[in-house]
Amino acid sequence: MKAGVLTAGLATLLFSGAMLSDAVKADEVVFEFSGRLSGELQGYFEEGRFDGQNYQNNASLALEPELYWSFNDGTDSVIFTPFYRLDQQDEERSHGDIRELSWVHVGDDWEMRTGLRKVFWGVTEFNHLVDVINQTDGIEDSDGEEKLGQPMVNLSLVRDWGILDLFVLPGFRERTFAGTDGRLRSGLVVDTGRARYESGAGDQHIDTAVRWSQSFDLYDIGLYWFRGTNRDPRFETGVKNGTPVLIPVYEQMDQIGFDGQATIDSWLWKLELLWRDLPAGQYTAMQAGAEYTFYGIRNSNTDLGVLAEFGWDERGGKADTVFQNDLFIGSRVTLNDAASTEFLAGLGYDIDYSSRSLFVEASSRFGECLKLSLDVRLFDSGSPRDLMTHIDQDDRIQLTADYYF
Amino acid sequence: MNLTKPFYLLMALTFLSSPVLALTPEERGLEIAREAKQRDSGWADMQAEMLMVLRNKQGEESVREIRIKSLEQEGDGDKSLTIFDKPLDVKGTAFLSFSHPLEADDQWLYLPALKRVKRISSRNKSGPFMGSEFAYEDLSSFEIEKYSYKYIKDESCDGGACFVVEQYPVDKDSGYTRRVAWIDQNHYRVWKVDFYDRKNSLLKTLTFKGYQQYLDNYWRADLQQMQNHQNGKSTELKWSGYQFRVGLNDADFNKNTLKRAR
Repeated sequence: MKAGVLTAGLATLLFSGAMLSDAVKADEVVFEFSGRLSGELQGYFEEGRFDGQNYQNNASLALEPELYWSFNDGTDSVIFTPFYRLDQQDEERSHGDIRELSWVHVGDDWEMRTGLRKVFWGVTEFNHLVDVINQTDGIEDSDGEEKLGQPMVNLSLVRDWGILDLFVLPGFRERTFAGTDGRLRSGLVVDTGRARYESGAGDQHIDTAVRWSQSFDLYDIGLYWFRGTNRDPRFETGVKNGTPVLIPVYEQMDQIGFDGQATIDSWLWKLELLWRDLPAGQYTAMQAGAEYTFYGIRNSNTDLGVLAEFGWDERGGKADTVFQNDLFIGSRVTLNDAASTEFLAGLGYDIDYSSRSLFVEASSRFGECLKLSLDVRLFDSGSPRDLMTHIDQDDRIQLTADYYF
Repeated sequence: MNLTKPFYLLMALTFLSSPVLALTPEERGLEIAREAKQRDSGWADMQAEMLMVLRNKQGEESVREIRIKSLEQEGDGDKSLTIFDKPLDVKGTAFLSFSHPLEADDQWLYLPALKRVKRISSRNKSGPFMGSEFAYEDLSSFEIEKYSYKYIKDESCDGGACFVVEQYPVDKDSGYTRRVAWIDQNHYRVWKVDFYDRKNSLLKTLTFKGYQQYLDNYWRADLQQMQNHQNGKSTELKWSGYQFRVGLNDADFNKNTLKRAR
């Protein structure tokens, strides 16, 4: 896996290097260096349920610089975004990744994007059901929004009838999981070193995807077909040093995904639909909801948004997701002040298991370069059969300081 | 036949001049708006950089750096792409807008951390832009249909002899009951605008300074100063790098260009 990713990355680098030296002659290279240094303090309300989790405090530091070159009058650009995190408690969470190392060439009505990249598809807020291209960097955060760079060649065509994206994805990224000393994990540790594949090509299977997206007046829709390695592994149990462990198994799948949003006055209506064909069978899943915003409440500059979403999975209790029959409500408060102060709160309720989760996020800018965020996450599992039961004791508060340069 | 000629001439003269004489203040206000719009049309496309300096009551400053690309649309509002360079935590964020004179604008926001393009509601006209004293509606393109008008008087202003015109927003979501604009009679440039809030009290004053002419035709101010009279805060917009007719077209304003705008 790592070799594959490195090869793809190296090829891009060499290619872009060649492009660059040409461009230097043209004396038109624009170079930008920027990035983020992030410090994180986590406080858990109690010690974890499992061995290795007998601590309540954790500190962590992450660095994500971004190097960007633009040349040939902006028709070519190269971006390089390495990432590294150092974690006090969990050695698995001390990890690095190349978030992006890619070259983009822009034509009149097309773009070619080559290298390690990130692609997001979807419209909902509480779950990103149809977002499939990138593997989740599961150890970064439990919200599934942190992603690993995916090797790809992506041709994007802009036509009157919409944008058509064609993907060839050489090489697969395995999901990251918390180690023995990590919080927010299942009882058994995932042995990432022994990942198995359905495909004989293993992590070198070449995946493909086609996506069409278009805006019709108030409606924005996207439809795609993906064929390749399922980013969500199935787990088998194994033994490592006499201890039972989980072994991730990555299967082949076909997937059709739809995302749509209607933007009507102060309403956003959102729908994500998924059909997935796995060796064990086919299933459908949905995430749907609405968001309404009250602008300038009480003649102030403050906006108040109210969100409600519903997550459903045809497999019900057998689903490998915690969002199989779940309701979400949330609220977003935006002060629209010079410091861009925001609050976001969300409550999830599992209809099948009566489990509840709550998160509150607050963030504000301090000075020109510093952003502070405070996150609180609480989990209350209503049934030992709900996957949430493993993280029942992982309630935590987190302070993040992001320094931008 | 020869005798009737002066008569026809007189008729023609009367026909031409009488509407001007008989114009109601409302018609005259509309006429001025039309003339201003007419003189500022045909620029095709433009791009510029904007430095926004926010000052609070205590004089503390906060800076935003923004680049804007615009494309003129025949018979519709402009298309525009706004790219944020500062503050650094929003660097790479970009905003795509297809504006319409009366219907809601189509707007998308690109969030670089998630690589996510979000369609957003454009109803938030009266909200502050980036925490500044400029509301979104203050920065949108001027379209005749967005207001009804009333000519008030002639008065001298920084631009010489000016028309004073009241503009009443048509959109019920506007944060204003009216705007009072000072427009010079020579080039139809706006020099000052007073904004009256929903309770019809004076909220803000916008002044324009350092007008420059581009393509021998289009006037743009180097400096716009917005003073909020109610909270004591102010925002300065310093424009630079104005370029017209750089060859932008519809292909430069879509979700793909939004994602790689930087």
